[in-house]
Amino acid sequence: MIKHEQIEKSVTLLIVLTLLVVLWGGLLEIVPLFFQKSTTTPVEGTKPYDAVRLVGRDVYVREGCFLCHSQMIRPFRAETERYGHYSVAGEYVYDHPFQWGSKRTGPDLHRVGGRYSDEWQRAHLMNPRDVVPESNMPAFAFLANTKAKDSVGADVEKKMEVMRGYANARGIPTYSDEEIKGAKAAIGDMTEMDVLIAYLQGMGTALSTMKQ
Amino acid sequence: MSDFVSDFWNLYVIVIVLGSILACAVLLIVQGKATFTPGKTMGHVWDESLEEYNNPMPKWWSWLFVITVIFALVYLALYPGLGNFKGMLGWTSVGQHKIEVDKMDATVKPLFDKYLAMDVKAVAGDKQAMEMGKRLYLTYCMQCHGADARGAKGFPNLTDSDWLYGGEPEQIKETINNGRMGMMPAHAHLGADTIKELANYVRSLSGLPNDSLLAAKGKEAFQTAGCSGCHGPEATGMQAIGAPNLTDKVWLYGSSEATIIQTINNGRQNKMPAWKEFLGDAKVHLLSAYVTSLSQGK
Repeated sequence: MIKHEQIEKSVTLLIVLTLLVVLWGGLLEIVPLFFQKSTTTPVEGTKPYDAVRLVGRDVYVREGCFLCHSQMIRPFRAETERYGHYSVAGEYVYDHPFQWGSKRTGPDLHRVGGRYSDEWQRAHLMNPRDVVPESNMPAFAFLANTKAKDSVGADVEKKMEVMRGYANARGIPTYSDEEIKGAKAAIGDMTEMDVLIAYLQGMGTALSTMKQ
Repeated sequence: MSDFVSDFWNLYVIVIVLGSILACAVLLIVQGKATFTPGKTMGHVWDESLEEYNNPMPKWWSWLFVITVIFALVYLALYPGLGNFKGMLGWTSVGQHKIEVDKMDATVKPLFDKYLAMDVKAVAGDKQAMEMGKRLYLTYCMQCHGADARGAKGFPNLTDSDWLYGGEPEQIKETINNGRMGMMPAHAHLGADTIKELANYVRSLSGLPNDSLLAAKGKEAFQTAGCSGCHGPEATGMQAIGAPNLTDKVWLYGSSEATIIQTINNGRQNKMPAWKEFLGDAKVHLLSAYVTSLSQGK
């Protein structure tokens, strides 16, 4: 029998036992989620991000949008009235990593797709104060200066291959070879701002409406 | 919601949860039986004089642990947590959301129904309805049209009497319900000279400073280059397709010569999203009334 004193005096033993305790929680809280249909199969209408949106998402991640914007509408009336249908797990199956965020300095973006026009998104990214004078969001005008194919889109085929690997591991619909081959052509001359707007406009549209 | 791919995971969760609680209970019992000698230290000394007694935990503290074990079991009986077991209360987060929504609906639905049965113009004159409309506006509309409803570059001012698609209550309702697609085609093919003339003519229409020679030429081009097809021969616009009146002093994108040239060169596209499905009839009705009220008396 291991005595308390032995654990305190042996760092190795302490680390091993601490790890075991932490893993025990994970065994219960995390592992079963991988074997739940609602978390592993896409909701009807949820599709893999096409090439443009996939790299647009990379702009979103790179600029740290998730630091101020969540993508998780909780099942509370105050949230569903404002944003639309609450988020469900099956909508995130193509998100690697997911962009739930943990804090809202700005509004939730999970159902922002189609909520505003492309022109609004552009004006808002160029300078948020032009359309919402009260806004404290930084301007992202510089995104219009870089072509997506020179930055986030440079290795888009590889990104899609990786995403396809994740999807195949779960047996859910994913990219065809043609889609991956045509990725560069799909991105074309779009700027980082264009692909980001494409990403935003596709967000959460599977369950966008709260039926009356 | 638990919908495991196989029943194994149901058992897996139950075994680990109950096993862990049982282990805690056993630990409590075993530790409760351990004997201690009062006043005896652990036998080590830190920092010259720091020693540690080996006393049992205070009783009230042990009881707190006992209570957590009991709490865990009661909780698992009432709420979902044990694999597929739904809990005796049948609680779900979705169900809770529904209760919350239904409760609020029961309160506000009579109000919404009352206004829905009234004419938009009558609702626009109702003080309480307009308080409600304002809140709806501030939640769903201000991002584009502004908190003061005076709009921004590219996003129409709702407080004036100038309407792209018409300011009658029915037209406003149609705009909110189904959205609008604004589409001015690019006219770069006309050439820089003609476009400059057109810009001067258009400026002359609303009494802005312009080169009268260029404006005279532009007047001709306006009829021949296709402008009049949408904006009308008198340039007073066409609400059916949202072509703006060019003879008033309202400029959605700006009235400087440079901006007008840019507009003619590249065209303009904008879109008002459709809100019918998201908001539902009752809210659209109130918002139509609110927007109507904004420009009343102007």
